[in-house]
Amino acid sequence: MSEVTNVPEVGLKGLLRFVWRQLTSMRTALILLLLLGVASIPGSLIPQRAQNPMKVREYFASDPTIASWMDRLSLFDVYGSSWFSAIYILLFISLIGCVLPRSLEHLRAARALPPLTPRNLHRMDFHQMWIGSGEELSVAKSWFGKKRFRIRDFEGAMSAEKGYLRESGNLLFHLALILILIGVSLGALFSMNGEAIVNVGERFINTPTTYDDLSYGRLFRDSSLPPFSLTVDDFKATYNPATSAPEDYTLKVSVIEKPGAKPVSRIIKVNSPLGFGSTNVYLQANGYSPVVTVKNKEGEIVLQGPIPFLPQDSNMTSIGAIKVPDTSPQLGFVASFLPTAARDKVRGGISSYPAALDPRLLLSVWKGDLGLDRGIPQSVYRIDTSKMQKIGLKALKVGDTFTYADGSIRFDGVEQWVNLQVVKDPGKGYALFGGILAILGLLASLFTRRRRIWVRVNSEGTVEVAGLAKSGAPGLAEEIDQLITDLRRANP
Amino acid sequence: MTHTSLAYLSNNFIYSAMAVYTLAFFAHAYETAFAVRAPQSDVVDPAHGNLLVKTFDFKRTERAARIATAFMILGFLLLFAGAVARGLSAGRVPWGNMYEFSITGALAFSGAYLFALRKYDLRWLGLLVSISVLLTLGTAVAVLYRPSAPLVPALKSTWLVIHVSAAIISGGVFLLSNVIAAAYLYLDSMEQKGARNRWAQRLPSLEVLDQLSYRLVAFVFPLWTFSVIAGAIWAEHAWGKYWGWDPKETWAFITWVAYAAYLHARVTVGWRGRKAAWLCLLAGSTFLFNYVYINIWGTGKHTYSGL
Repeated sequence: MSEVTNVPEVGLKGLLRFVWRQLTSMRTALILLLLLGVASIPGSLIPQRAQNPMKVREYFASDPTIASWMDRLSLFDVYGSSWFSAIYILLFISLIGCVLPRSLEHLRAARALPPLTPRNLHRMDFHQMWIGSGEELSVAKSWFGKKRFRIRDFEGAMSAEKGYLRESGNLLFHLALILILIGVSLGALFSMNGEAIVNVGERFINTPTTYDDLSYGRLFRDSSLPPFSLTVDDFKATYNPATSAPEDYTLKVSVIEKPGAKPVSRIIKVNSPLGFGSTNVYLQANGYSPVVTVKNKEGEIVLQGPIPFLPQDSNMTSIGAIKVPDTSPQLGFVASFLPTAARDKVRGGISSYPAALDPRLLLSVWKGDLGLDRGIPQSVYRIDTSKMQKIGLKALKVGDTFTYADGSIRFDGVEQWVNLQVVKDPGKGYALFGGILAILGLLASLFTRRRRIWVRVNSEGTVEVAGLAKSGAPGLAEEIDQLITDLRRANP
Repeated sequence: MTHTSLAYLSNNFIYSAMAVYTLAFFAHAYETAFAVRAPQSDVVDPAHGNLLVKTFDFKRTERAARIATAFMILGFLLLFAGAVARGLSAGRVPWGNMYEFSITGALAFSGAYLFALRKYDLRWLGLLVSISVLLTLGTAVAVLYRPSAPLVPALKSTWLVIHVSAAIISGGVFLLSNVIAAAYLYLDSMEQKGARNRWAQRLPSLEVLDQLSYRLVAFVFPLWTFSVIAGAIWAEHAWGKYWGWDPKETWAFITWVAYAAYLHARVTVGWRGRKAAWLCLLAGSTFLFNYVYINIWGTGKHTYSGL
């Protein structure tokens, strides 16, 4: 926290030194800190791509001009934007420029002894004077020693100081913040985050192609994916019968940690992921996959198996699409799945309870062109029916078959799917360690009082005591009173 | 005892607490009224009859303040019992939705006040404290009430106990420090216009208020830091990411930054008085914004409780 006092010298070197001093001054650090707070605000009020991509798309749909201007200012990616980064990078440079010199200075000061006893003690705070017996200095020395003060003896006087921990804690706190930043940066460079929907009974192999969605940190490579695989053995969701609120999700998996290793049974819950070193597997969402068999006119099976549907409400009313691209013309089933079927006057068929008590599959059958070859990525839960023709409409119970002109579909049963999130973040350990150190540092710096006490006995036997509390630390008056009481008691 | 009867008992405790806080409010109102009309008891020089010291007799005020404090303690105990019964009825800690946050938040705020009362005579603040507790409880009971129910799976974690209790206690103390900073600003402007009004005569000096507001923040800032870090650890367990710029996280961070700036401004730059009080209020308002706005109108991962 250097003071900016001298006028900048002329020339590049002088200019640089001036900029450095400005940047590492306390005032700049304070402004940057407040600026960081202010800069965080827009990201909490405007939807962000990373958290809420759907809302961002709505912005673009409702007013493309304003949305594109907002996008140019990175308002949909505030926390990854250049202006946000600029603030915290400057803040951390300022912090480093401030903390490192202070740490060195503190190390020097920690080895040094307390300063000389001031000549005019009566000018200091809490000054007291009385005629003593001459033994006061040795009593004071043991008193300070017991209280772990640093002591410096002089001829007829003594300086004692305590509370170096305050500055140590302060520096530890700021160094710990740097450690957190290092952890966050490591995470940004070497992390991965992927999601995959897996039906119960299916196997998940940790390779890039098995993911539905996968993103890497800047320096993450495919080869860094840990080579595990797991099979989803069972998934159980329990709900409160009165409120329909979920009470528990339990996912049972068999894990093969490395190719060739024996499978091990493990349980994953919402708050307890499965861990492999710095990689964790989380249970993030779940839903139903109706199992169907689709046959063509000739009675040959053209599609069979569980199709994941997307839940729309808390009772798991789900929507989905069954696409049969290999027939000619192509077939598509726009479908809803109701785990416990009920009717609503406004919404029509809905689910009244999240568990599969009375499952129903509502279908509308379309034939024509699914549009899969147009190169535009499609949602697996929706069908573009603009080039298709509706040929039937039906509600099926488990075991029912619906036969239409071009074939038939049978609703075989229901399975559940889980959305697994796999995250590897090698920086999180550093961030956590930094967080713990930061709290310890804060406690030390906010609860340690730094103070000096002086005792002098002059040749006539007059005892003088005075003290100084740094940054107005409270309690020194009481401490000095205690010292004086003890000094006087020791010499009746 | 069954869960329903415990939930019922909890409601009754909370209604009783509201009744007692109302009494405390009236007692504090009387206290203030007595202070406004405190009889003058000047010390007059007996020999010459001229005024030596101008003082006021605050005896009646003192009596009212004692009664009010007794009500505040009773209200706190009832509210505490209500929160405990609520927790027992649901088989968990009583902070699973906004009704329960409000109950425990009011408990933390009045607890912070009573705790500070042991060391500082803050009874003049009682009027403000009791009315804000009453308003919070009233809103909770009238608008936010939800039947006692178990937690959704996402909240079933030890970190709920650790993270949320730290946040609630920090919030209670931050708010108390804000109330004191506001009182500082009010009394300061009164003094700048001239002398303090009669009722404000017995209030602590500006210097004491300034120091107290700072000490409360310095005392609780490490706890707030801990709450944010505990939240990050929990987020890592539950969401796969220790920091995701969820609106609630973001505002917790903004509050942290604002109070960090406040502490720096005081300790390193040496801000005191009005400037420091305004910064303290600014930081506190970010906390309130987070609690009210983000909980009710915000989107994000902290909003699973259905308020």
